Amino acid sequence: MNIYVLMKQTFDTEEKIAIRDGEISDDGVKYVINPYDEYAVEEAIRIRDDHGGSVTLVTIGPERSTDALRTALAMGADEAVLISDEGVQLDEYAAARALQAYLADKAPDLILGGNFSVDNGAGQVAIRLAQLLDIPHVGSITKLEVSAGKAAARRDAEGDEEIVEVTLPALFTAQQGLNEPRYPSLPGIMKAKKKPFARLSLDELGIAAEELAPKTVRKELNLPPARKAGRILEGELHDRVAQLVDLLRNEAKVI
Amino acid sequence: MSRTFLVIAENRGGKLRQVTLEALNAAKMSASEGDLIAAAIMGGNTRTLAAELSGFGADKIYTVEHPQLEPYNPETWFAAVRQIIESAKPDAVYAGHTAIGKDLLPMIAAYLKAGQISDVVAIDNSGAETVFVRPIYAGKAFEKKSFTRSPWVVTVRPNNIPAGEPVSGKTPEVIPVEYPNPSLRSVIKDVVSKTSGKVDLSEAKIIVSGGRGVKSADGFKPLQEMADVLGGAVGASRGACDAGYCDYSLQIGQTGKVVTPEIYIACGISGAIQHLAGMSQSRVIIAINKDPEAPIFKVADYGIVGDLFEVVPLLTDEFQRVLQ
Repeated sequence: MNIYVLMKQTFDTEEKIAIRDGEISDDGVKYVINPYDEYAVEEAIRIRDDHGGSVTLVTIGPERSTDALRTALAMGADEAVLISDEGVQLDEYAAARALQAYLADKAPDLILGGNFSVDNGAGQVAIRLAQLLDIPHVGSITKLEVSAGKAAARRDAEGDEEIVEVTLPALFTAQQGLNEPRYPSLPGIMKAKKKPFARLSLDELGIAAEELAPKTVRKELNLPPARKAGRILEGELHDRVAQLVDLLRNEAKVI
Repeated sequence: MSRTFLVIAENRGGKLRQVTLEALNAAKMSASEGDLIAAAIMGGNTRTLAAELSGFGADKIYTVEHPQLEPYNPETWFAAVRQIIESAKPDAVYAGHTAIGKDLLPMIAAYLKAGQISDVVAIDNSGAETVFVRPIYAGKAFEKKSFTRSPWVVTVRPNNIPAGEPVSGKTPEVIPVEYPNPSLRSVIKDVVSKTSGKVDLSEAKIIVSGGRGVKSADGFKPLQEMADVLGGAVGASRGACDAGYCDYSLQIGQTGKVVTPEIYIACGISGAIQHLAGMSQSRVIIAINKDPEAPIFKVADYGIVGDLFEVVPLLTDEFQRVLQ
């Protein structure tokens, strides 16, 4: 089973966000594997362990993403590829196009990725890639069973659950609940250092520059207005409850 | 030259979803005088849905009626919408940022070699270019984006862009389009409905949310009762999901759903930053927690320090009384 995992390094979800010089500040920020991608990595390793084959991690990102890739190698993935985007701002269109170029001659059986990244949150790249590669996809999966040439997946559709059967090759995006990602073991960390780790530049993918020209562009970045702490209601419990409903009706005017 | 904006319609239980009207209005808000607004209705019951949509100012409605289009399958829907795209040649495609919108629109964007701006919460069309506002880091920050070229692909977050008012005196042209019967590589075998009859979390105007303080799966019952009285939906914090008290599909936070209801009632939720990211854009926040130091009180408009198992039933009774 030739498995590829689309991975991204993101801010830890507990990080506060600050803006400096019109950009998100990364001062002292802790980075992690995008939590949804971590489910994808775990699932890929499990499928590889059951069916044989190899798990290749692919990231488009800056050099610091190496840490996330090493962590996933230490979890048990076999190889890592970092497609460097230093100095280039790729939008989702261009990122998917770059991944398509990388995968063009790889004949994957399975491609796994996160449902979305917790930083940008658009959730486009994986599904765009499936479309560009002309393979089926199942998004937001909570269960995956692979058998000869086929897979059965459970998919979260706004709380309803769909059971989908799909022929391979196919792409899946991971939703919470798919599995419990393992922690890298110490032997895993030692082994990870010796695993194949390739670096590619966008130039090496042979995509014409105009194809990578962004089709969307950020004009401005803001923090949301800070919320003010409101009122803690006082008095007997019954009074507080009545007061709350009264405030919702007459002050906030929401019911 | 006039442009065509195509809106992908969705229905729930045979009725148009509110978010479809919001997406239609988003298309109108981005359009200029003379631009054409079209809608695509795919699935069953398209004639009724087209009639329902007619009053909201679409110029053309394309319909594709076929049993394979229900339930949503990315392959069948994409095949259908591709036919419409070939015919309508849209300059922009809009939909809700819903389970379907999140799945289908990136396919359309890839097919059209287009940029896509996802999860839009506001649109500013007053300047030289149309500017779209969207959250990043689950609402810890907001970015304004624009397109460098057409076509555009846009998904709008439910509950943020107002639905347009009904327009009188305008009857759209309804254009039935043939389903192309593609060969399928994926099949939906079964749909297990967990939310039938319930209000969908992403569109809910009122959300009653539980954290570790609910203590068990049963602890969500009083929350559900309150949500039912208010016509709202139940959500949860990551803590409650990790503890196994509820399904991950209910999770609100940076890993999970980002919600913007009119009223958010946080019960037994301490207010970790990852949860706050998912709900702090709600219009009115109410916190019920035993711990007066809980961070949730720092973002709540109204707080009650107390045991949720005492407060919630009383509150439910009070809501019931005033809503009668």
